[in-house]
Amino acid sequence: MATNKKSAARAPAPASEQTPAAVPAFTREEELAAYRQMLLIRRFEEKAGQLYGMGLIGGFCHLYIGQEAVVVGMQMALKDGDQIITGYRDHGHMLASGMDASGVMAELTGRRGGYSKGKGGSMHMFSMAKNFFGGHGIVGAQVALGTGLGFANQYRGNDAVAVAYFGDGAANQGQVYESFNMAELWKLPVIYVIENNRYAMGTAVTRASAQADFSRRGVSFNIPGEQVDGMDVRAVRAAGDRATKWCREGNGPIILEMQTYRYRGHSMSDPAKYRSREEVEKVRHEQDPIEQVRARLLEKKWVGEDDLKKIDAEVRDIVNRSADFASSDPEPDPAELYTDVYR
Amino acid sequence: MPIQVLMPALSPTMEKGNLAKWLKQEGDAVKSGDVIAEIETDKATMEVEAVDEGTLGKILVPAGTTDVAVNTPIAVILGNGENAADLGTAAAPAAPPSEAKAPSSEAKAAPAPQTEAPAIAAPEPEVPPGTEMVTLTVREALRDAMAEEMRRDDDVFVMGEEVAEYQGAYKVTQGLLQEFGPKRVIDTPITEHGFAGVGVGAALAGLKPVVEFMTFNFAMQAIDHIINSAAKTLYMSGGQMGCSIVFRGPNGAAARVAAQHSQDYSAWYSHVPGLKVVAPYSAADAKGLLKAAIRDPNPVIFLENEILYGTSGEVPRLDDYVVPIGKARIACAGQHVTVVAWSNGMTYALRAADELAKEGIEAEVIDLRTLRPMDTATIVTSVRKTNRLVTVEEGWPQSGVGAEIAARVMEQAFDYLDAPVTRVSGKDVPMPYAANLEKLALPSVADVIAAVKAVLYR
Repeated sequence: MATNKKSAARAPAPASEQTPAAVPAFTREEELAAYRQMLLIRRFEEKAGQLYGMGLIGGFCHLYIGQEAVVVGMQMALKDGDQIITGYRDHGHMLASGMDASGVMAELTGRRGGYSKGKGGSMHMFSMAKNFFGGHGIVGAQVALGTGLGFANQYRGNDAVAVAYFGDGAANQGQVYESFNMAELWKLPVIYVIENNRYAMGTAVTRASAQADFSRRGVSFNIPGEQVDGMDVRAVRAAGDRATKWCREGNGPIILEMQTYRYRGHSMSDPAKYRSREEVEKVRHEQDPIEQVRARLLEKKWVGEDDLKKIDAEVRDIVNRSADFASSDPEPDPAELYTDVYR
Repeated sequence: MPIQVLMPALSPTMEKGNLAKWLKQEGDAVKSGDVIAEIETDKATMEVEAVDEGTLGKILVPAGTTDVAVNTPIAVILGNGENAADLGTAAAPAAPPSEAKAPSSEAKAAPAPQTEAPAIAAPEPEVPPGTEMVTLTVREALRDAMAEEMRRDDDVFVMGEEVAEYQGAYKVTQGLLQEFGPKRVIDTPITEHGFAGVGVGAALAGLKPVVEFMTFNFAMQAIDHIINSAAKTLYMSGGQMGCSIVFRGPNGAAARVAAQHSQDYSAWYSHVPGLKVVAPYSAADAKGLLKAAIRDPNPVIFLENEILYGTSGEVPRLDDYVVPIGKARIACAGQHVTVVAWSNGMTYALRAADELAKEGIEAEVIDLRTLRPMDTATIVTSVRKTNRLVTVEEGWPQSGVGAEIAARVMEQAFDYLDAPVTRVSGKDVPMPYAANLEKLALPSVADVIAAVKAVLYR
């Protein structure tokens, strides 16, 4: 479209062709902020699981436990005005983008104080104020929509970047590649974050993907990509920094494959028989994103156990209040059935 | 035997064109594949190639002639050994077209649905008396609507396949690239699902895309974004995030393009809450409703019709002619029966009304114009007067728009009906290719007349 520049000699792809450098260290404040955010997501999701078990949350509920470092690290690389869009495993993205826990939880329980007044549910929440564009239930739809967000940034001539999150499962949808083609053709500022949690519902990546190195999924469009340790929030943030810089400099889209893991089933109704308990436990013990930060904080003596307990208590308090609100807030007024169909 | 060169049809719906220029002159030798002339239609300029070898014996239609009907002999080619004396009757301009050589002889045998629109009823009552009227084709009216809205609002842009440099596959976006530049008139790859999603994403971010589908048949690949992403987001976001977007393009049967390219999506989209669905017939409505659609804060499906693109009508010359979405128009008043149609269905309805008038039957023809929200009140008011209703659509009968109208009239005017509501529709089959079968598959003027007589028990 507007930019008819012939793609001149490309700048070298960011990190993919470099030897993986040592992960840049966080400051104390950064470690603490990441710890707190990741913990909020984990505790929130655990609570959502409880409420689901109590019958307060209905339908589908996809928990983000295990993947927290991805959204938290990416969010640390973004600035005001950047847009976020994702699929149905979206609670973590909403909390990371600064949406209020009570509003999110009340949406999960279908109450009037939810972000969508109870009409969207777990998979469909939005916040204009936080530039969070959903929350989309159709696998892969957010990739084309997110490309459209990048298009809008270019059209307006601002320097905002759109971040489209999707999973290893969605990465096999056709519209992903239609989007890649247009994004590179038009040099749109879009970061495609592929959250590879190793299973598309119950199907392991190797059983569904001819090319399981998702950082290479843009190769035929000349979109650079890199694989990132998605369990290490510092590595994610560093990759996010490189990617936002790449986009803001007008180089077009970029792919970040976040190698991560989900501890829970695909959704609440998934018994997760397709993998062993040992596999899950191994990741939990060796790679847990929150434990990594916690260990560093203690090792460097930046905080003591008591300080962390205090943070834990604050986070639990936020989550408990959100659950209380989501349980006590009334359901939507029946008159809301017919509102918001048209503007 | 001299060979006639006939005015070719350049598209399934072309009926006439202009002879722009001759590239060979009388006496020039021509061989198969030589370009001998250039033909213009309102959509395109095309070259006419010689099919036969010989000498260009006589030019029958001079360069610069406009509105030359398809199959009119335009020149005569003399074979080896023939000379001007052999021209004989072959050179007579009025000679009937040669069946064997005519590239579009099928089109003549079974004319495409008529492009010669019946008289269009008086335009909108809201037009102030004394307003100057200009004659525009539907195609020009649509283009003008987009251009006016793009001048008015920088957030409006047009995207789709061939909309920019090619000037539109059906020339609806002609000139927009030149006026607005490549930033706002965007050629996309052939990637309907993808660019529909990109358009919706841009709309969620606050822009106002006009997404052209080369035809709505191809929008089937994009229907997930139209329905799941565009139509539902306002509701799913509790009213936070709207989607001001127009999906437009030709809908329904063109001519002789068979099942996958001949489908009417009126009923499909009108089923969906969150969408508005507009299907204009006249040039004035095409302009006024497209302007309204672009300004509408909701996703609007704007169903055009290829057959109607070239038809002309009077359009008020006003700075800002906007026709409200959701209002039907009484195209002609009558006492005996109500006929409801829209888009190209109006062609059959108005012709039938003309025929019926000769038998003293006064049909009230309503141009529905918008399918969703449907102007049920105008239909019901008319039925209360005429007590009889016929619906006309090109789409399939089951779960069609006619079925919906029948249900509403049954619910709201049951006691006023003196006969069952009768639907005229496309037949319940995929569109066949053969000319005779295609004609049978589409509704016809005769079908409408028969239905009207049936509800009048005549």
